[in-house]
This record gives sequence, structure tokens and C-alpha cells, in this order.
Amino acid sequence: MPGNKTDAIDVRNAVKRYGDFTALKRISLTIKDNEFFTLLGPSGCGKTTLLRMIAGFEDVTEGEILLFGDEIESLPPHQRPVNTVFQNYALFPHMTILDNVAFGLEMRGKSKSAARKRAGEMLELVQLSQFAARKPSQLSGGQQQRVALARALAPQPKVLLLDEPLSALDLKLRKQMQLELKHLQRETGITFIFVTHDQEEALTMSDRIAVMSAGEMQQLGTPTEIYEQPRNMFVADFIGETNLLEVSVDQVMNGRAVCHLGGGHALTCNSVDGIGAGAKVHMSVRPERLFMSDVPVEAESLKGRVAENIFVGTDISTLVDLAEGPQFIVRTSNSDRGNKRIFEPGSEIFVNMELGAGRLLMD
Amino acid sequence: MAAGAASGGSARADTYKDARGWLLLPSWAVLGIFVLGPVCMMLIYSFLTKEFRGGVIWEPSLAAYDQFFFDRGLFGDEPPKLEWTYITIFWRSIWQAGAATLLSLLIGFPTAYFIATRPENVRPVWVFLITIPYWVNLLIRTVSMKFLLRDQGPLNDFLIGTGLIDSPIHIVNTNFAVQLGLFYSYLPFMVLPIYAAVERYNFSLSEAAADLYASKWTTLRRIVLPAVKPGVVAGCILVFVPSMGSFLAPDLLGGAKNFMIGSLIEEQFKGNAGNWPFGAAASMILLTMVLIILMFSARQQAKADKAGG
Repeated sequence: MPGNKTDAIDVRNAVKRYGDFTALKRISLTIKDNEFFTLLGPSGCGKTTLLRMIAGFEDVTEGEILLFGDEIESLPPHQRPVNTVFQNYALFPHMTILDNVAFGLEMRGKSKSAARKRAGEMLELVQLSQFAARKPSQLSGGQQQRVALARALAPQPKVLLLDEPLSALDLKLRKQMQLELKHLQRETGITFIFVTHDQEEALTMSDRIAVMSAGEMQQLGTPTEIYEQPRNMFVADFIGETNLLEVSVDQVMNGRAVCHLGGGHALTCNSVDGIGAGAKVHMSVRPERLFMSDVPVEAESLKGRVAENIFVGTDISTLVDLAEGPQFIVRTSNSDRGNKRIFEPGSEIFVNMELGAGRLLMD
Repeated sequence: MAAGAASGGSARADTYKDARGWLLLPSWAVLGIFVLGPVCMMLIYSFLTKEFRGGVIWEPSLAAYDQFFFDRGLFGDEPPKLEWTYITIFWRSIWQAGAATLLSLLIGFPTAYFIATRPENVRPVWVFLITIPYWVNLLIRTVSMKFLLRDQGPLNDFLIGTGLIDSPIHIVNTNFAVQLGLFYSYLPFMVLPIYAAVERYNFSLSEAAADLYASKWTTLRRIVLPAVKPGVVAGCILVFVPSMGSFLAPDLLGGAKNFMIGSLIEEQFKGNAGNWPFGAAASMILLTMVLIILMFSARQQAKADKAGG
């Protein structure tokens, strides 16, 4: 089947096996041109393997990888018009910063002077012009990161691959680089494929996210979709903080399900196809979609007792033990204190859920 | 409080300073007895007068050096001309050692690279295999080499058997045989330091180069070689220096025509025919040459390190 010329990367039924171990189990996904695409998952989920297969560092056991419609899975890495920003930067230690950035251009046949001129422009783009003559070891981690970025972008790759490039930076620098990367992607118009295990990073930067686990794709969608409508337990648990509750479904009607939590508590939440009355499933509700009150404000208010308040800067997380039921985390934004109350530990209170905030999950 | 802590610290440092001198004594003793002592003795002997049955007469003399560099005729009464005999031997030694080093590098580098890129648990096995010949005496190894290479030896038998050649190739008593012998003697000294350097090499640099459109050959030349250069330099020195002074391989495999400086020195201390001051002078000249080479390479290395930040 010929590929679509407008899709940056088309992965078709890609399988990767190491001996008996299957690292990737038949992954298919399409990455659009000009997209900031993230492969997200815990370590060992196969995200880096997939990235390295696109770069050409790993063989594809089965399946195809297309780059703008052309099959590339059998090309050696140096013949693929994609570039990589490595996790440890992999800057050439014996070359100056300028020569590092010029290397790829030279290899593509540019003259030394032309390559250096363009490398100089790239260094300007990442604001490192004054370091051109230095060696990589004379730069800080953040600066080395930007050099790696400039080096990978200089030959104008069709797709830029980024392998957890921010994981070695401290939090503040990481936040700053996240924004810079996002801007750089928009400015250059190059498709970025970004690998990370940091869900917050993925949500902040991506146009679309593929959540992976154990060599399989769990969900593909925009950050909002992934966060608001997780498809299964893994996604709900991995992305953000959530209350995962075992429930039994009493009744399903018009896409809504009435569920029992145990201890006589009941809640109405959004159902998904394939779940009927009597099913024992999990429900996910984000802690920021819950609020507390001293009197029941609706029919389904859940009676409980405050166990602990945890101050986390912008928010306060409150642990609430339901009477004979599960524990809930309720998150109250500090900017929302006028409307929502915080209670002292030990207070008898009610937990209330915003309409439509709860969601049943397939396992 | 801070000042008190600081002075306490410096007092302790002083205690160590006193002890350090004594603790270093064994090292100084070893260096003195085994390095400085013999070299000084050699230096002194090279400036003494020879005794005709070996040994020296304690009378200062420049005769040994004079004999090395100048030809004053059979009776020593002609105007001095430059003596080429020993300089030629010297030059041949450099040349032979250089060729053996190059051969070791060409074979040793791929070997070391191969070992360093095997899975971590089998690397020691390969290193062990490389060093196995070292459990056998050098003399026996060199004689075996002669047996392998001689006209009726297994190598020629094999080549004739396969029909590649009709009559045996004369290898023994050629320069090439000496180079082969030196190469065989010192190959592990080339392999091991290069192996150590390649093992430390960060292979993601090779991936980065491939990612930036560099072919395998270009990656080796522009990225791998500069990174493992210290290992290569160390290997070359470790093969070149002992090759220069070697006398077993030239004696056994090279024959009389292919005399090297090591054999010349050996002759001077053997039996009654020797000339100790001359042997000592030749040794000093060899040592000086080697030191110059080492200092040169050390300076190059320092320069590279400085440039490398």
C-alpha cells in the first residue's frame, strides 16, 4: 500500500523482538506533518525503541515505517533525512560547538565555510553564538542541550526525534526549555517526535500524545482527550492524579451509569460502551473535580471525615475517608478558596462531584 | 567558629604532611634502586675506559661515544670521519620497530575494537585469549615463529599444498621476518590500551555521527579515532620502545644482515669479546632517543588535552 505523501511518519504494524522478548507489539500510528507528537510511557514501555527504529538505530523485526510516503525501515541511519537529539546530548567532545553544529551540514556535502556559516545562524537561533569556539565540556547542561538541538536542526531534517532530551535538566530549566522547544517547533515547522516518561511535560508541549505501556499503544489523542477521557485504567492512572475506585454498576441509561462504591455510597458517572448493569469495573474521577461541604449539597453527596491536608503550592490536597468506603483525594485550588472550603483534619464533611466528572473505565 | 574549624583542618593537614614523607619512602626506594640506580651506573660506565676481557678500568674517557659516532681509521690516527656502521644499525632499528608498530596497529586496532564491542561478559575471555601466548617464554615463542616461517615450515608447506606458490618463500633472515617476530612479541601491548580506550568510548557518539549523515568510515575517522587516540598512542609507544631494543627477534629471525641496536648492545656484554663502556654508551643513546620520543608524544598529548578542554 503506497504511503500518504503528506504524513510525516507512518508506522505500520511495527514489531520489535529481542530474542524471545517482544519490545513492541504491532504498533501502528500516523504522525502528521508539522505536528508536535509525543510518545509517553513508563520506562521499558517501548517508546525509545520505537524512536530508535524511526532513526534507524534498531532494526524493524516486522512491519513498515514510512517517511512522507517513502519506506525507510531498511535504510541505514545516515541515509535517513531525520535527526535526533539524544538523551545524553552525545556532543562530539573533541570538536568546538560550531564544528559540532556544522558536522551534519558538512556530511550532507556543504563546503566547510557554508556549513560553518549556517551553523553560526543555528547557534544564534538557540542564543549560543558567544560559545561557538568552546568545547562541549565547557558548557552547562542546559547549554549543551541547546547545542544538541541546534546540531540536529541544522541540516533541516524532515522529522526531528527527541529522546527524553530534558530529563537531565533541573525543574526550572526544564520548564523553560519546554516552552523554547514548543516555540522552535512552530518557528521551524519541522515535525517533532518527542519521547518522555513525564506526563506533565507531554501534556504541556504536545499536539498529540501516544500513551504506551508494555510495548502496546494504550491511547492516542490530544492532551485534553487523554486527560479528560482516558480510555483505560492504565491511562487514567498514568496521566495526572486520579481517584480510581472499584465500583459495581447498578443501572446504565443514556450514557450514564449509577454505581455503588461500597459502604452504601452511590455515584452517577459517564459510562462507556460495553458496560452493562451488574458489571464490576473501575471509575476514575480527578481530584480537582471534587469539592467538600459541611452539609450535603446534592443527592449523591458522600459522607466522610478529613484525614489530612497536604499543601502542594498552588493547591491543597485533602485526603477524605468515606464512612466504610474508599479514601478520596480532593484537590482545592488556592485561587478558589472563596468558593470552596478547606476543613481541618477530623472534620465530618461531605464530598461532592461535579456533574459528569466521573468516568467508567475498561480494564 | 568557622575560623576554629579551618585552623583545626590545617593542623591535621600538617600532620599528614609530616607523615607523607615517611610513607612515600618505599616508593622512593623502589624508584631509586630499580630505575635511577641502573641508569646512573650505565651513564657512569659509558664514560669509563674498557678492560679488554670485559669490565671497565676506572679512568674517565669519551672513547665509547667517539667510537659510536666517529671513524678514525684502523689505528686511530686518521682525521675523524662520521662512522656510519652504528648509525645504520640504529636507523634500521627505528625502521624495523616502526614497521612492527604499524603492523601491530593495523591488526591490533580492529582486534581491540572487536573485543570492546562484544557483550560485557565475554570480553574478559577475549582479553585472556590475546594474552595466552604471554604465559610462554619469549625465546620459545620466537624460535617457534622461526619454525613456522622457515622454508620447510608449515606456512610454506601449506602455501605449496594449496598450489598458491611452487617454491617456498624465503621469510626467515629477512627484515619482514624480524617485523613479524616483533609484531608477534608485542601485539598485546597494542591491543590492551586500545581496548581500554574503546571500552570507555561513548558509542552514542557514533550513533550521533550516523544520525548526522556520516558513513561508517567517516565516523571511525572523525569521531572514534580522535576519542581513542590516547589508547592508540600508548599502544604504539608500548610496542615501539621494546621493539627498538629487542635482540631476540632480530637474532633468531633476522640473521647477521639484519642486526639491530639491541643485538649490538647484547654483544658488548657477552663473553670476553665485549666492550662495556661502548655497550653502555649505545644504551644511553638508545635511552635518549626513546626519551625524546616519549617527551614529544607527551607534549602532543598535553596540547590535545588543552585543546579538548
